[in-house]
Amino acid sequence: MRKIWFAAVGLAVLYGCGSQPSKDEGKAGVEERTPAAAQPAPAQPQPPVSTQPVRPAQVQANPLKDPKNILSKRSVFFDYDSDRIRDEFRPLLQAHGKYLGDHAGAKMLVQGNADERGSREYNLALGQRRAEAIKRMLALMGARDAQIDAVSLGEEKPRCTEQSEACWAENRRGDLLHSGEF
Amino acid sequence: MNKRAGGCILPPRMIRTLLHLLAACLWLASGAARAQLTIEITGGGGNQIPVAVLQFAGEAVLPTSITDIIEADLLRSGRFRTQYAGGVNPLPTEPSQVNFGDWKTRGADAIVIGGAQRLPDGRFEVRFRLFDVPKQTQLAGVAYTLSPAQARATAHRIADVIYEKLTGERGVFSTRIAYVVKQNGRFELRIADADGQGAQVALASREPIISPSWSPDGTRLAYVSFESKKPVVYVHSLTSGQRHVVANFRGSNSAPSWSPDGKQLAAVLSKEGGSQIYLINADGSNVRRITQSAGIDTEPFFSADGQFIYFTSDRGGSPQIYRMSAAGGEASRITFDGGYNVSPRLSVNGKSMAFVSRHDGRFQLAVMDLESRQMQVLTDTQRDESPSFAPNGTMILYATEVGGRGVLAAVSADGRVKQRLSVQAADVREPAWGPFLVN
Repeated sequence: MRKIWFAAVGLAVLYGCGSQPSKDEGKAGVEERTPAAAQPAPAQPQPPVSTQPVRPAQVQANPLKDPKNILSKRSVFFDYDSDRIRDEFRPLLQAHGKYLGDHAGAKMLVQGNADERGSREYNLALGQRRAEAIKRMLALMGARDAQIDAVSLGEEKPRCTEQSEACWAENRRGDLLHSGEF
Repeated sequence: MNKRAGGCILPPRMIRTLLHLLAACLWLASGAARAQLTIEITGGGGNQIPVAVLQFAGEAVLPTSITDIIEADLLRSGRFRTQYAGGVNPLPTEPSQVNFGDWKTRGADAIVIGGAQRLPDGRFEVRFRLFDVPKQTQLAGVAYTLSPAQARATAHRIADVIYEKLTGERGVFSTRIAYVVKQNGRFELRIADADGQGAQVALASREPIISPSWSPDGTRLAYVSFESKKPVVYVHSLTSGQRHVVANFRGSNSAPSWSPDGKQLAAVLSKEGGSQIYLINADGSNVRRITQSAGIDTEPFFSADGQFIYFTSDRGGSPQIYRMSAAGGEASRITFDGGYNVSPRLSVNGKSMAFVSRHDGRFQLAVMDLESRQMQVLTDTQRDESPSFAPNGTMILYATEVGGRGVLAAVSADGRVKQRLSVQAADVREPAWGPFLVN
């Protein structure tokens, strides 16, 4: 149990920035970042008193909400008029796909979005295609078809409302919502 | 025909400005101002018919000036030039009281006279007559009995009669438009008269509403609402306010479009993966798929005879407009010019198609003559969307953006007459021009 937890923390550190859409992050220098907390200090021998390790209280943070956990990252970004999953988002989808695979009762809503240029209905279909691309990737990573509903919000719910390429890039997006979040 | 003779105290342009100022004052005084669309005419057509609309005798008894509305309707169509009609005393109500020679000198080809009076039961009677000035003959004469609330509608009816008699085409002043207003994070589906007045809210929501589509008899609207966090197609009865879900399948449900007989809808569903076109009965039953492509198929629109469905598809690599039999089968490509042609909407006579075409990064309203396949770009704006023809085919209503705000605009099918309709401090989008009234 503890090993899994440490591994999860490690993964979270490794992929903590996974949802940022910047292009140049990703492979740089991740090897060095071994989490310091993974090595508990050895107990000193102290004869007069006896000590026992106290297990941490079982306040297990919800991995889906824990900002250190990759599962708290929920957005996948796309190129213009494209539904191709960029490599930088594979670890994120792998983690969510595995989570769904491990939790048979969990459900997910994938919402696809598009930037505002062009026809609303065509953009709705584009958002749908993005949501379905995410769903397919999650299924490859272990999720079951029935767990995931892929829908589109088209250009109707922009996260950013300025007319700039940076803003449009932020709106070409798929969002992953877990049970209780939709 | 176009001679402009003496008799006018003020030049027509100044009169028009004064009329607009007067209209603006009335509009400000109305109290319902925030709900109204204001219309600005930004271009004019050539070869306009000069018509004089005289104030109706006794019209002050009415809650609103009928002749102002008639004149505004005629002007807005771009087909008429209104002649200064003041300085006549007493106002004629009978043919014998009209000095045709004088109106001929003033340059009017047609003249409208009328009268209004209160009836003992609290209602009103309005009569009008339309004359051909050169021929000195009556072209139309109608009497209406109306409640105070029907004054505007009566004015639009009269304008329709005048329009039809003088142009030979049916008028659209009595029709209605639907559109969506986004304001303070709220979405409202509104229905207004074709002149933007008398807006009523059919549906208010915190979530987006898109793609309103009028049933052919004008009593129902189909639309897409995101109120359940995903797109779902509804049919909404405007008379009862009742609505029901037509398509709420797994995935997305969108782009409803009525068949001409009003019995079924074409809509886009993704329940089998991918956005594909289906036919659905208006009650939501009998769902069957009619497109089978690996790409996006969306924005279906029936031809007026119900034989064909025009739609947008990226099956050829870029979004283009295609046509297929409404029974299904092969599709043929209609647009080839440019890399982005979407949102096909046909005129009722089936001869022309309005659509949105991207050129140099600008999304512009265009029309295509379906026989010659010639296309013409009608606007010089950047972000045109959602075209729809007036039921007589003369004007195309669409959404565009001006100063970062969504506005509605209309342009004549030949591109010469342009109007802009806007609501103060709100984003207006998704217009749909309704059908002729059935009565």
